[in-house]
Amino acid sequence: MLTIKDLHVSVDNKAILKGINLTIKAGEVHAIMGPNGSGKSTLSKVLAGRDGYTITRGTIEFMGQDLTELEPCDRAHAGLFLAFQYPVEIPGVSNVQFLKAAVNAVRKAKGEEEISSVDFLKLVREKMALVDMDQDLIYRSLNDGFSGGEKKRNETLQMLMLEPTLAILDETDSGLDIDALQSVAKGVNSLRSQDRSFLMITHYQRLLNHIEPDFIHVLARGEIIKSGDKSLAQELEAKGYGWLLQEQADECE
Amino acid sequence: MTKRSEKVETADPIEEFLAQDYEHGFVTDIETDALPPGLSEEVVRFISAKKNEPEFLLEWRLKAYRHWLTLEEPKWAHVNYPKIDFNAISYYSAPKSKTDGPKSLDEVDPELLKTYEKLGIPLREQKRLAGVVAVDVVFDSVSIATTFRETLKEAGVIFCSFAEAVQDYPELVEAHLGSVVSYRDNFYAALNAAVFSDGSFCYIPEGVRCPMELSTYFRINAANTGQFERTLIIAEPGSYVSYLEGCTAPMRDENQLHAAVVELIAKEKAEIKYSTVQNWYPGDKDGKGGIYNFVTKRGDCRGDHSKISWTQIETGSAVTWKYPSVILRGDHSVGEFYSVALTNNYQQADTGTKMIHMGKHTKSTIISKGISAGHSQNAYRGLVRVAAKADNARNFTQCDSLLVGSKCGAHTFPYLEARNKTAKLEHEATTSKIGEDQLFYLAQRGISADDAVSLIVNGFCKEVLNELPMEFAVEAQKLLGINLEGSVG
Ligand SMILES: Nc1ncnc2c1ncn2[C@@H]1O[C@H](COP(=O)(O)OP(=O)(O)OP(=O)(O)O)[C@@H](O)[C@H]1O
Ligand SMILES: [Mg+2]
Repeated sequence: MLTIKDLHVSVDNKAILKGINLTIKAGEVHAIMGPNGSGKSTLSKVLAGRDGYTITRGTIEFMGQDLTELEPCDRAHAGLFLAFQYPVEIPGVSNVQFLKAAVNAVRKAKGEEEISSVDFLKLVREKMALVDMDQDLIYRSLNDGFSGGEKKRNETLQMLMLEPTLAILDETDSGLDIDALQSVAKGVNSLRSQDRSFLMITHYQRLLNHIEPDFIHVLARGEIIKSGDKSLAQELEAKGYGWLLQEQADECE
Repeated sequence: MTKRSEKVETADPIEEFLAQDYEHGFVTDIETDALPPGLSEEVVRFISAKKNEPEFLLEWRLKAYRHWLTLEEPKWAHVNYPKIDFNAISYYSAPKSKTDGPKSLDEVDPELLKTYEKLGIPLREQKRLAGVVAVDVVFDSVSIATTFRETLKEAGVIFCSFAEAVQDYPELVEAHLGSVVSYRDNFYAALNAAVFSDGSFCYIPEGVRCPMELSTYFRINAANTGQFERTLIIAEPGSYVSYLEGCTAPMRDENQLHAAVVELIAKEKAEIKYSTVQNWYPGDKDGKGGIYNFVTKRGDCRGDHSKISWTQIETGSAVTWKYPSVILRGDHSVGEFYSVALTNNYQQADTGTKMIHMGKHTKSTIISKGISAGHSQNAYRGLVRVAAKADNARNFTQCDSLLVGSKCGAHTFPYLEARNKTAKLEHEATTSKIGEDQLFYLAQRGISADDAVSLIVNGFCKEVLNELPMEFAVEAQKLLGINLEGSVG
């Protein structure tokens, strides 16, 4: 589904990603962990096509296409979804209006008909219930004045509505209370299927208790320095990143 | 001809001299359908005669013309345009002489046609709007208009062209014309008074709630009212009317200068709601060929507990200068101004309102939303004046600007003059920019740049759009989107 080869990315001539290799197959759940500032969000934004990030080397293939040739909007139509670490606020635009525009844009791109208002509201209610989201939130301005947790639940709701092929969750678990964490996990798990994949960026093993990953990667200083199965998370939780960084430094010598 | 000379007979020596001057100097044939360019007293007399106007109206036009001669063309800090040569304009041409128009749609600006298509306007209507010559004018709205007239007649509402009103209800016209916007008001008001071509007239009798929204669109001659339009709406005590002006489809027009005057009179407990969606041709991408729109719109809350509400969506014109205002004369009267002004490319808009509080316990609300894109300049200028006797006057003003891109400008000039200590005036202003992060967020959800801008802009204008009659609001939303296409990304 997604194949990243030797990806180098810089911002303002500063190299941030330095040779990422990652393959995600259909149905797999991958987790990326790593110290602050190591380039995790950068990777997610590059995948989503944010301006200002220059790919200096390497390739990204998604569903058989060269992802870098697609505009952000077309990537979304192709089934790529990014739950942002910091969702933006858009005052004046109601959440429900935005959601409907997004759902219809994706349907239109697939050659499907627009969803009727009745069906749409039914669907929203159902998905909101799944993530225990306060119904009032869809009538407010998009993310405007939402609490940190409410924003994260809203990102999850959008994912549930859009049913992407590849969902990248950038710290969707950060700042959530225990109940919220379970709601978000419930949402993700409800979407898990053979032809849908997830890339979850997280700092905490506790998310991985709720959503079991197939692979865990450690991203540090712009490189994936270790990959493993879910047991790696427990090791990291116990020992931190220091030993890995040391190991890598030793290798380089 | 003889009929005309009778009309100008008068004891006033100046008038006599002018009349003479007319007898000898006025060479234009009264039967002609168009006047050569130029403005003179003869031209004013010609227009009045051509329309078979009563004496009082001719006199009024002449006074306006003479006053106009003493005035200087106004200048505004935030609007630039080439000097207008008032002698290069023809001040009279009969509707049927539109021979300068394009011969077919092939000759019409393709951008304009694209817009029509996006708005879903039928081909026949497109031709009419684009001013294509010799279009069969029997379009659907004519029959609708006739039906409407019947319904209105039953309610006792008068809704006709200004010229018809002058013929059929001269006493109503004489009693109210110029009582809100005097010809002395400003340069363009004086010019309009002297040479106005036609316009709309509305009269709502006492206690009548007008049974439908009145719209210029349904007035048969609406397309040919010309560049100096004049509208007069009179709401008798306890009556209500909602009036819609304009059309969401951009009108192509041979006349570059437009100087309309609108006068509203609300008597005791009467309410007038006046909505405008204005979409003049703004010129091409470089700003060439657009319309200069200098309008004087004013409402007079003449009676106690009366209410006048202006709602406007402005997207067109190369240059717009316009301040719909309310004079809150009656005690407890209410004035409202809801406005969206959108400028793109090289458009310039200087709009706003004036709320003049004269009665006690008067209340006004101003909600202004300015959107600037491209290289455009958008200025809000608002005056709230509270007279010494206007106890307990209240005003709330909210002025928001939204910038799309980084080459445009938004300016806000609020003026407050309170001469009464009990006045409560509140002012809020914000400026925001459509951020790259916002556009990226929406794009990540599959929403295209144009749709994203449209979504944000419509959200930004919601409070104003909500004031429009339903079907107008939907069209206005579409219109805002279309006018901003390609402004980002
Ligand atoms: N636009 C930018 N301009 C300059 N530096 C940037 C920019 N974007 C990211 N960086 C830098 O790139 C590095 C990686 O940032 P990134 O946001 O990808 O980290 P992260 O791994 O997601 O960290 P965290 O765990 O704190 O979210 C950081 O040093 C950051 O300051
Ligand atoms: Mg991050």
